[in-house]
Amino acid sequence: MKKFAHKHLLGLEGMTREEIEFVLDTAVTFKEVLERPIKKVPTLRGLTIVNLFYEPSTRTRISFELAQKRLSADTVNFSSSGSSVKKGETLRDTVRNLEAMKIDMVVVRHASSGVPYFLTRCLESSIINAGDGAHEHPTQGLLDIYTIREKYGKVEGLRVVIVGDVKHSRVARSNIWGLKAMGASVSVCAPSTLLPAEIEKMGVEVFTDLNKALWGADVVNVLRLQLERQERGFLPTLREYSRLFGITRERLTLLNKNYTIMHPGPINRGVEITPEVADSPESVILAQVTNGVAVRMAVLYLLSGQQEEAVA
Amino acid sequence: MPKKKEEGFPRVPAVIAGGRIIDPTASIDKTGDLYIENGKIVRIEFNKLLSKKSIQSVGSHKVMDASGQVVSPGFIDLHVHLREPGREDEETVATGTKAAAAGGFTSVCCMPNTDPPLDNQENIRFVLEQAKAGFARVYPLGCITQGRKGERIAEIGDIVAAGAVAVTDDGSPVMDASVMRLAFEYSRMFGIPIVQHAEDTNLSFGGLMHEGFVSTILGMRGIPAAAEEVIVARDLKLLETFGGRLHVAHISTAGALELVRQAKKKKLPVTCEVTPHHLTLTDEEIKKSFNPNLRVNPPLRSRKDVEALREGLVDGTIDAIATDHAPHSREEKEVEFDAAPNGMIGLETAFGIVMTEIVAKGYLSLAQAVEKLTSAPAQVFGLPGGQLKIGHPADIIIFDPGQSWTYRASEGFSKSINSPFDGWGFKGKVTSTLLAGKVVYPVESKLEVVGLSPQDKIKLQVAERKKQKKRK
Ligand SMILES: [Zn+2]
Ligand SMILES: [Zn+2]
Repeated sequence: MKKFAHKHLLGLEGMTREEIEFVLDTAVTFKEVLERPIKKVPTLRGLTIVNLFYEPSTRTRISFELAQKRLSADTVNFSSSGSSVKKGETLRDTVRNLEAMKIDMVVVRHASSGVPYFLTRCLESSIINAGDGAHEHPTQGLLDIYTIREKYGKVEGLRVVIVGDVKHSRVARSNIWGLKAMGASVSVCAPSTLLPAEIEKMGVEVFTDLNKALWGADVVNVLRLQLERQERGFLPTLREYSRLFGITRERLTLLNKNYTIMHPGPINRGVEITPEVADSPESVILAQVTNGVAVRMAVLYLLSGQQEEAVA
Repeated sequence: MPKKKEEGFPRVPAVIAGGRIIDPTASIDKTGDLYIENGKIVRIEFNKLLSKKSIQSVGSHKVMDASGQVVSPGFIDLHVHLREPGREDEETVATGTKAAAAGGFTSVCCMPNTDPPLDNQENIRFVLEQAKAGFARVYPLGCITQGRKGERIAEIGDIVAAGAVAVTDDGSPVMDASVMRLAFEYSRMFGIPIVQHAEDTNLSFGGLMHEGFVSTILGMRGIPAAAEEVIVARDLKLLETFGGRLHVAHISTAGALELVRQAKKKKLPVTCEVTPHHLTLTDEEIKKSFNPNLRVNPPLRSRKDVEALREGLVDGTIDAIATDHAPHSREEKEVEFDAAPNGMIGLETAFGIVMTEIVAKGYLSLAQAVEKLTSAPAQVFGLPGGQLKIGHPADIIIFDPGQSWTYRASEGFSKSINSPFDGWGFKGKVTSTLLAGKVVYPVESKLEVVGLSPQDKIKLQVAERKKQKKRK
């Protein structure tokens, strides 16, 4: 059996197709576990994992926790919004404590890009990035790719459009790196104010006209619009945003047959996507949630150094 | 007489013998002997050089052998943060000037963004008083506006009378164009330049690094090149209309440089400086490490900007190389990138960087590089020094252009260690620095630094003992 040669999962940038496929294949086995009546394996028994969440994120945290419980790991949760204390001090002090506690793995979510890298420098443990600023959210990228592969049996050659606030989205970045590595053709579509500088250099096609972007696409990944973007002045109004960039039923006719609608959640119904599209049979939003647990189990397992022992 | 000292390095030499003497203003680049008396240069001899025998007659303990090395005027840094008063935990006038001496700088211009800021006579005088114990000449800059708030111009007349050589609100640009207009008009009476930290703080708001492909990949809020360029363009227009003099601090973008180039063609009284780090590092570095020591303002720009700055140095658009030496405490810098303050130290690496990145790569000749560090900056603020003139103070350095060395921030003289160049190898090293004829670098130990607090001395003693143990 091949081995996953990484100690940390910091991002999908630079990951090869083989590595991603290895993670996805491992996730397939774990998804089978999740379908058993007793959904628990002893794989990570005795390992201690800390979930270090400096940003509120119910979904990702629960998904990781569930994955850890299914693998019989011991988990500790640390959450802090970091509002009262100066951010830097909190993080460093926490890191010192973790060092003393002999933690095996750390799952970290932080509003600042690069914090997982910061942790790799101060800790011996394996670090899993659960979202750092607008930089990367690799497990989300992996679960999105898993979901696409599950439906189509492949990723190569598919046309994927990422729609919405690309500028502030770590999900978009991880998806772009991962999908490109897997051989998909990727485009992004957003208002010009929410497109980051020189995004085309990531190897994506760039659109500001949603109808053109959707034409002939297979998968639409709809990003959540942070509602404060309007307050910050990136958008004149949400009304205009949803008129120009909202995914509606009429627009779906532009897509290829057998299309798929994805969303990393939580959804602002009626802003970036209409309720009927979100709840349509082509929407795999709930499958993404299930697959998230399987993919995170695979990642935890592969980084734990327990690969010699077979999945029970 | 303490004989022991005389056996070693002469502390107050009478002759610097056999070195390659470079003085850009006098177009000198020739092997010679330089004679010093009472702290002044008294003679530069190119013909009758001291032989081994004649050294005996001078007294060998009074001769500094500079053969195989370069003798040049001491460097002049237009932009350092000495942090005193207010942040003596990060740097003091004493430690900062010691770092300057180690880097070959005999004069430094210190920024007024201290706490309290240097916006009045009393505070300027305080810094000058502290500088008496220092290892380099200190020329303070005063504030443009009261309290650096950018609202009302400061007592520039008083500030200049107290000894300030220019005014700046460095760290915070003057955002209000009408205030900048008044500053230009008012400063005309005193003949000093206004030094602008050119940054439109609305455009740069929340920015952590240069806006471009790298910031896009890293998902970091960007500082567009335009944030610098709109202020430079505005200031040049104000300068043209209302008079005065403008010095653009730490220029960092190709566009800002082009604006200065065009203004110089129009003969506007504008000058600018560039830092060694903006000449060397790009935003790509941040991607490799997220090292908070790479967080600096203006941010490290793109490869294209770095190339343009090097060209600007070559064609003379850029007048001087200045470090923007900005010490920050370890506690404040060893955090995630977002939370780290802007700035890096640079006094002890400037020369190594210039030699390795600019001279060795053929952008400037050795003499041209020396000029950008000596007479050219002297001219910008009208400072004495920067040349080897008979009768002038012997502010002189000796450097070995061929010496390879590795920079270790923790072994430096600055109180802070926030340098992204830690561990870098350079070719070209300052081996001696003389201030008014006295050797201020190297000193036998850091403990010779005057002005250190008792706590600092204890720390240094412990560190030196540890080092000795390691050697054993
Ligand atoms: Zn500045
Ligand atoms: Zn500065």
